[in-house]
Amino acid sequence: MTGSDREAPQRSVDRPHPASRIAAKFAALKAEGRGALVTYLQGYDPDRETSLALLRGLPGAGADLIEVGVPFTDPMADGPAIQRAAQRALKVGATLEGVLGLVRDFRQGDDGTPIILMGYYNPILAYGVDRFCVDAAAAGVDGLIVVDVPPEEAGEIEPQARAAGLDLIRLVAPTTDDARLPRVLAATSGFVYYVSITGITGTRSATAASLEEAIPRIRKHTSLPIAIGFGIRTPQQAGEAARLADGAVVGTALVDTLAASLEEDGTARPETVGLVLDQVGALAAAVRGR
Amino acid sequence: MNKPLPNTYRQGPDSQGRFGQFGGRFVAETLMPLILEVEQAYEAAKRDPAFDAEWRRLLTHYVGRPSPLWFAERLTAHLGGAKVYFKRDELNHTGAHKINAVLGQILLAKRMGKTRIIAETGAGQHGVATATVCALFDLPCTVFMGATDVERQQPNVFRMKLLGAEVVPVTSGAATLKDAMNEALRYWVANVQDTYYCIGTVAGPHPYPVMVRDFQSVIGEEAKQQMQAAEGRLPDALVAAIGGGSNAMGLFYPFLDDSSVRMYGVEAAGHGVETEQHAASLTKGRPGVLHGNRTYLLQDAHGQITEAHSISAGLDYPGVGPEHSWLHELGRVQYVSATDDEALAAFQLCSKLEGIIPALEPAHALAHVIRMAPTLPKEEIILMNLCGRGDKDIFTVARHLGVEM
Repeated sequence: MTGSDREAPQRSVDRPHPASRIAAKFAALKAEGRGALVTYLQGYDPDRETSLALLRGLPGAGADLIEVGVPFTDPMADGPAIQRAAQRALKVGATLEGVLGLVRDFRQGDDGTPIILMGYYNPILAYGVDRFCVDAAAAGVDGLIVVDVPPEEAGEIEPQARAAGLDLIRLVAPTTDDARLPRVLAATSGFVYYVSITGITGTRSATAASLEEAIPRIRKHTSLPIAIGFGIRTPQQAGEAARLADGAVVGTALVDTLAASLEEDGTARPETVGLVLDQVGALAAAVRGR
Repeated sequence: MNKPLPNTYRQGPDSQGRFGQFGGRFVAETLMPLILEVEQAYEAAKRDPAFDAEWRRLLTHYVGRPSPLWFAERLTAHLGGAKVYFKRDELNHTGAHKINAVLGQILLAKRMGKTRIIAETGAGQHGVATATVCALFDLPCTVFMGATDVERQQPNVFRMKLLGAEVVPVTSGAATLKDAMNEALRYWVANVQDTYYCIGTVAGPHPYPVMVRDFQSVIGEEAKQQMQAAEGRLPDALVAAIGGGSNAMGLFYPFLDDSSVRMYGVEAAGHGVETEQHAASLTKGRPGVLHGNRTYLLQDAHGQITEAHSISAGLDYPGVGPEHSWLHELGRVQYVSATDDEALAAFQLCSKLEGIIPALEPAHALAHVIRMAPTLPKEEIILMNLCGRGDKDIFTVARHLGVEM
């Protein structure tokens, strides 16, 4: 299944097909001749109000697609920076329901920027998979990255996500060999998230050489856009990745800036939002080749 | 949900690693190819008589198996009811049952060409067993251990270091077993090429629950034969402590289809299952997904994992092996619990009556035996897995009893 040949999912007529935002965005950027800047911040980090202000500011600062991390107590694919972000968010009462509320509020002022929720399966299970997919689509979510649901367990959530019109974006890792790639890609829609390192988020970066080898390998198997993530920190790295693939995902570097701007007790300061958005601006300029 | 065939409880898991709805392979893509490689290697090793022969040679001459079956005569007289037998896995080299599965897994790692071993540990028993076997096979070993557990299990930390292992204190979360497992998985993701993750219990992504169960089943297989020799029949009840549940699965599995044998898994009730301070995942939790498998978990209404509590670092885990979740829902095994205080009392009683200082983990099982034996007729037989010895716990127990050491 690819983005183009999937069946049209059931949807209500009074809102746009949610998954179409991702395809539309990548198509528009392709026409512009550049790749996408995908940003990641954890929902509710460090509090709901700041998190919403960041979300609302991201498109203007140059984010093309937005990943919202769903806080979880045991984020086993994440490095220390995102672990701490989750702890800050949980401390102020973040829940999956609350994150959907954030997206709903964001959608009031922005109907074009794709929103992807990224997180772990257990909060979705606790919410109820069926109800979650319906509510997420209704809130304006376009795609899901459920880190700990590999293609082998796709039956857990894929039917519900498809029925709700949500893209299921899958991770492809350096360990995903050619024999396995078709299986992973067959279970992917929206775009492919290439995890550029064997490791957890924000701990090290891939070499340009390894990316130059990896991206064509994946392209042979899919026509979906490919975004590179895990380990992209600087504008230069983001620019290179966005040129080599179809998008660059920056998460930990933004979370680090956010964390460094906080008071000692972990609460936001007046400059928190501005500092993070300035960094997004610098990344966006590099992705746009400026 | 898949139902088992009515005539066997021993056919699981299915090809997806599921015991009914429980189990599975909930890991990030980076690990998935490696999990499949472990599964393939294990399937091949199982069919190789040379692998089994080498494992059994080590069990006999290095571990000291078979472990004895001991009729606890003074305890039986004291309780005044059913006869109580101990399966004495505390006499194994390294002092617990953990080494049975560690030997199997390290032999597997060698077959796979892995050159570095990592493990998580709570009480330190699995860490010590892994460090021991790594010393024997000259493999570098890194053990992840919650910083809280490093504090309360100092003797085992020192043991691991003596054996040449690196002990990494984990400070994230509550800094106990759950967090050590997260950190081991994170390290593994970053070192997939050369590293084997030696999991200490019947949990984690498939094939770990079935593989660790198979290796630990040596406990139940031996006990079945030994009971036949001692009493000429099967026991009436089996009792074992449950953290992740490896010693219990090892004892129960060979008896699962013997319908006359009742089985009791004893969870850690900490300060009481009516409080927030316990580790009773089956008694008080509900199904969810953590550490690669679907199983009963301690979690809040929003699916966030809550901290477990137990005086025993080995039971201080908010989950349980998926096969236990399945046996719980089928009703084949009764899952009960014992508090910190009940375990402390059992710890002391066993020391005084039998001259055996048990680990705090099997002291929970013994607490249930103490409740149960007096209610049963004298002809009945209870078999308890005494899965670890208490040397590592004497400091903890002394502190709880107000003794300065």
